[in-house]
Amino acid sequence: MKPFSYERALSPAEAAASVARDPGAKFIAGGTNLLDLMKLQIEAPAHLVDVNGLALDKIEATPDGGLRIGALVRNTALAADERVRRDYAVLARALLAGASGQLRNKATTAGNLLQRTRCPYFYDTDQPCNKRQPGSGCSAIDGFSRQLAVVGGSQACIATHPSDMAVAMRVLDANVETVRSDGRTRVIAIADFHRLPGDTPHIDTALARDELITAVTLPRPPAGTHIYRKVRDRSSYAFALVSVAAIVQRDGTGRVALGGVAPKPWRDPAADAALREGAKAATTHLMAQARPTHDNAFKVALAERTIAAALAQARS
Amino acid sequence: MDGSELSLSRRDLLIAGAASAAAAAGPAEAATRPPAPRPQAGDVPRSRVSLEVNGTARSLEIDNRTTLLDALREHLHLTGTKKGCDHGQCGACTVLVNGERINACLTLLLMHEGAKVTTIEGLGTPARMHPLQAAFVKHDGYQCGYCTPGQICSAVGALDELRRGVPSHVTTDLGAPPPLSAEELRERMSGNLCRCGAYSNIVDAVSEVEGIRT
Repeated sequence: MKPFSYERALSPAEAAASVARDPGAKFIAGGTNLLDLMKLQIEAPAHLVDVNGLALDKIEATPDGGLRIGALVRNTALAADERVRRDYAVLARALLAGASGQLRNKATTAGNLLQRTRCPYFYDTDQPCNKRQPGSGCSAIDGFSRQLAVVGGSQACIATHPSDMAVAMRVLDANVETVRSDGRTRVIAIADFHRLPGDTPHIDTALARDELITAVTLPRPPAGTHIYRKVRDRSSYAFALVSVAAIVQRDGTGRVALGGVAPKPWRDPAADAALREGAKAATTHLMAQARPTHDNAFKVALAERTIAAALAQARS
Repeated sequence: MDGSELSLSRRDLLIAGAASAAAAAGPAEAATRPPAPRPQAGDVPRSRVSLEVNGTARSLEIDNRTTLLDALREHLHLTGTKKGCDHGQCGACTVLVNGERINACLTLLLMHEGAKVTTIEGLGTPARMHPLQAAFVKHDGYQCGYCTPGQICSAVGALDELRRGVPSHVTTDLGAPPPLSAEELRERMSGNLCRCGAYSNIVDAVSEVEGIRT
């Protein structure tokens, strides 16, 4: 780990200002991903701004009947919240499908959205990776790509976003609230929050460097059966090969998002519209632009079968 | 949907709550302040951190990079907590911080000013074992023993989470308290690896303490 100076931020705008005035600075919250990457020197901040002291750890009802989840609400606390369990079960299920008990106790809502890919080449500093070192090349496309993206990738990068929580947030149409160092706030729709790699895969999100997430808001609870299904190599504590977040109505209509297949939670309005026709129709739309590798072509069929399983679960 | 500076200031004040002194220093003022003093080359930033470890107040002056795990093992010589992968994948470093289980390898000591940390040494002694320690001995819940302190600290945290009604991936009904079952324990302990494969005996040990029939 490279040496770094450290400060505890006292307000969200002050935290953003501290990062703005120091090009080597980064925010730290739960630290479960950042410290891992710092140990490998994949991240090497010269200054850490600790935001854990900010009062952003509440889950509050919003005037329009939704929920505002503070950026620092831990994954365990969010999954255990009575309102989330009752009204946003897809979110509770997604959180509980991710990581381990220890990690969920530390990992935050905002940090979960900001976690970096688990592509093995991003972690292997001996090999080229455009996300880690822009312009160095992608080892994954012709490499060991079984875990990686089948859709939404580019010639420069086929990394997947590893979060389960974000897939549920996507199907719930969550919004991300932020503040910058000059005090400006904005709201970013979750659909626009994560970027596709294009030729700049080192940029994961729409956030500016000095932009701090303060909360994630959920609209009014959507009616229907909430389902999160995750397929992985072992039954617990593993990243998704494919996951499905779905909210399905009695008549078979609904919405669906995929995890584990793309650089961001993957949803398509045409797939939502086709969901009533079944898994095959929905998957055809979700995978219309799919360009799988030899190693991960199985994910296209697996996505359809996992959606089919989710729809069957909704009917049962 | 960009908001105005005014609305930020109002929300900021509400969010900041008790940190009123900080909120009073407006964003514009904060942005114009000079950067924090940056250490010169060769000057490794250090901090003083005070916390409570196993009921005893401790104060350490450490390199900022010191993880909680390294502080416990290298500075406080509490070597019961083990370094396995050092990347949050194996659970050998699990300790309790303010009663919650976390991976000590993935957190910095200086993020725990004022915290209460409990390690395996704080749970029990050979003469007065914690019930989970006694159950691990009785059920042979280990072979080499390297993962055991993490397993036991994790089990203490997991059982507390179960009692508080925190659901898990295998909880069928999110509207009811999670059932006490071996299936629940196995899922909740999945962040602790045991290369010797003592899992079935670990489940037996933890189950006995919680009165779960396996």
